[in-house]
Amino acid sequence: MITELFSTTVLIGILASGIRLATPYLYAAIGETFSQKSGVLNLGVEGQMLLGCFAAFYVTFTTGSLWLGLLAAIAVGALMGLAMAFVTVNLRAQQGISGIGFYLFGLGMSDLLFQRLMGTVETVQGFPKIYIPGLSEIPGIGEIFFNQNILVYGAYLLVPLAWFVLNKTTLGLKIRAVGENPDAADSLGVNVARVRYFTIILGGILSGVAGASLSIALLNVFQQNMTSGLGFIAVALVYFGAWHPVGVLGGALLFSMVNSLQLWVQVLGIPIPSDIAVMMPYVLTILVLVATVSRVRAPSALTKPFERDE
Amino acid sequence: MTESNLLPSGQKRIDSLEMRGITKRFPGVLASDHVNFDVKSGEVHALLGENGAGKSTLMKILYGLYHPDEGTVLLNGEPVTISSPTDSINLGIGMIHQHFMLVPTLTVAENVALGLPSSRGALTDLDKVSNRILELAKIYGLKIDPDAYVWQLSVGQQQRVEIIKALYRGAALLILDEPTAVLTPQEVDELFVIMRQMVRDGHALIFISHKLHEVVEICNRVTVLRNGRTIGTRPTAETTKQALANWMVGREVGFAPDRGETKLGEVRLSLDNVQCGSDRGTPGLRGVSFDVCSGEILGFAGVSGNGQRELAESITGLRKVTSGKVYLEGQDITNMSPGDIMERMLSYIPEERMRDGMIKDFTVAENMILREHQKQPYSKNGFLNLRGIASHADELIQKFRVKTPSRETMAKNLSGGNIQKIVLAREISRNPRAILAAQPTRGLDIGATEYVREQLIEQRNKGAAVMLISEDLDEILALSDRIAVIYEGQIMDIITRENATPEKLGLLMAGVRSEDATPVVK
Ligand SMILES: Nc1ncnc2c1ncn2[C@@H]1O[C@H](COP(=O)(O)OP(=O)(O)O)[C@@H](O)[C@H]1O
Ligand SMILES: [Mg+2]
Repeated sequence: MITELFSTTVLIGILASGIRLATPYLYAAIGETFSQKSGVLNLGVEGQMLLGCFAAFYVTFTTGSLWLGLLAAIAVGALMGLAMAFVTVNLRAQQGISGIGFYLFGLGMSDLLFQRLMGTVETVQGFPKIYIPGLSEIPGIGEIFFNQNILVYGAYLLVPLAWFVLNKTTLGLKIRAVGENPDAADSLGVNVARVRYFTIILGGILSGVAGASLSIALLNVFQQNMTSGLGFIAVALVYFGAWHPVGVLGGALLFSMVNSLQLWVQVLGIPIPSDIAVMMPYVLTILVLVATVSRVRAPSALTKPFERDE
Repeated sequence: MTESNLLPSGQKRIDSLEMRGITKRFPGVLASDHVNFDVKSGEVHALLGENGAGKSTLMKILYGLYHPDEGTVLLNGEPVTISSPTDSINLGIGMIHQHFMLVPTLTVAENVALGLPSSRGALTDLDKVSNRILELAKIYGLKIDPDAYVWQLSVGQQQRVEIIKALYRGAALLILDEPTAVLTPQEVDELFVIMRQMVRDGHALIFISHKLHEVVEICNRVTVLRNGRTIGTRPTAETTKQALANWMVGREVGFAPDRGETKLGEVRLSLDNVQCGSDRGTPGLRGVSFDVCSGEILGFAGVSGNGQRELAESITGLRKVTSGKVYLEGQDITNMSPGDIMERMLSYIPEERMRDGMIKDFTVAENMILREHQKQPYSKNGFLNLRGIASHADELIQKFRVKTPSRETMAKNLSGGNIQKIVLAREISRNPRAILAAQPTRGLDIGATEYVREQLIEQRNKGAAVMLISEDLDEILALSDRIAVIYEGQIMDIITRENATPEKLGLLMAGVRSEDATPVVK
């Protein structure tokens, strides 16, 4: 029957866009995993994303270079991370509050710059699709997995890379130790502040890239507050994924698939109020977090500023 | 460099280390006051002093965690600068901290490798680390599994990880800060075997402990600190336990305080066939009955984990009693809320004083009114009366000789002995009808121990009914009028002071009844 054929196409469509939409979640949540593993809760992800999002778009729009745009997002993310690191590590701020401060800063600043520098919503030509030879021709699978742009591939490569760094390198060992027992790490000569600076700045960079992936790879526009809570979901995904990159991947896919589904529901004109459809991923966040809470212990030193008690 | 200059681990030995004129000030405290201290290869040098005397501070300075305000450190006669643990590690100094510095979620090998350069650059080389750990373990006769997670290990095993960690980094001088405080007697013996081996091989060891018999047993020399100052250094061979105790405290110390005469009154607290569960879901108390009278101390002897915690918690309302009754002055208090029970003037000195006895981030003054804060003169109509709180705190600080920079100092910055004095001051100053003291002197130095014991005796003489739960048999024998032995959640027997001997109690504690001398079958 024709409807059956139709639904296969739809299914492939849903899956393909689900894979694509996981991209910003992955960058942001993997970055957050690094900082949380080292004991720092970065609630400013959303703000870092928004600024990265705008920087990438604006630079691409004015120079015509996607790579310069990406670089701008990285630089802005790194700067935000540096500021965050200074506030958390040196000033030992309460991380929940300072994170919200960074979020509000990013939200306001990106909007202000948008009003001043652009004023109207424009579009750019985003990163083009890269067809992986051979693989992209596999029916269904090819369309879903191997017919994406470079930032999407990059997000998925980041998962094993993050796992490798955390578990197989001396740096990863330091990060894990600093997040569990900074006093012990300190007593062995590990520079706790330096490790945290590294993870927070890395988190900022990845949040910036997450923002760029929205504005120059997936949606190819910039609008005020266009991340709309995505950065906060990324923080939740780290808990959901139990501080493990593969767990984070699972969470990111779950949310992006639901998101993709609700988009298709709207596209197909299935009569569900769009507000309710849009709400689905968020409701799911809460339900899943409630269900998975306290399954795995958070890093013991999470949110605790380190100070050698002298 | 001759062969004999090397330790079995392949490291160069430290022939001598000297700390000269070390001074360290904390806000309001002179923790080290021109301290002199030295240690040589092939000896164990004990550092002795009451809580807060400045032992840990001195050692943290040597390890580079604190920076001295004045003074020099000489290594093999040469002055050295130690500004971080990295420096001290490079000089061959290792430290086993009073509170272990391990990451529980990492394996033994990962804990050892942490912070060290790897032979594979940025990648870890845990397989090589494991091999080296096994090699060292063999040389020094330590048993250890490099792949085990630290959280899986017993306290004694964790301590071995700490020792391996130091040896792995080439420690020729090892600082052991109260290493035996958390160990069972068997584990202490094992530690001493390792320490003797290390000394024979030419290591230099610094040993801190409050247990004088350990100092006499394992150390060659002993240095006494009091109030941050060096009192002197002596060979242990020329001294005794009693002499050390007096020297340390600066006066004659009694291990068994004078009890005065016994004036037994009416029954204050009684348990009737009380049963409750344990945290593991198994039975905690299996039918416990006893009476405690005004004017007596009832001691509870037993090996830890035989229901002592459950007993204390079911009396104080912290654990649900599943059957049986608890009476305080004739009134049924079974399963009342802790607040209501304390209101009836039962005072409680909990075993985990840092966790259950106080709030670490509150000031001394605030901790002293935790129990009675809703009463006058500490508050009125819901508003705190700061003046009343302050004068109460000052009074107790003076009366109980709490060593603190001020009443506004955070409790967590005080030493263990002074923290216990705060708990004691709060619980005793309300003139309770009954007192339950659990392990009241564990981890305390001699002076503080003596003080706590005297206070308990004084309360008894004033007519309170005192229950003393302790794993220290000497303490039980010194203080109690009657002794109940608790074994697997039951009272094996209650014997009077006159009839009690360590042998008799030891058998009961092992579950052997005195009359038949056969183990109780469950
Ligand atoms: N980090 C610190 N901040 C403030 N005071 C401290 C600190 N560490 C120790 N002290 C104070 O220094 C004194 C010595 O403490 P410490 O060296 O721990 O004694 P000990 O190890 O002999 O029991 C105590 O009065 C203690 O309160
Ligand atoms: Mg100490």
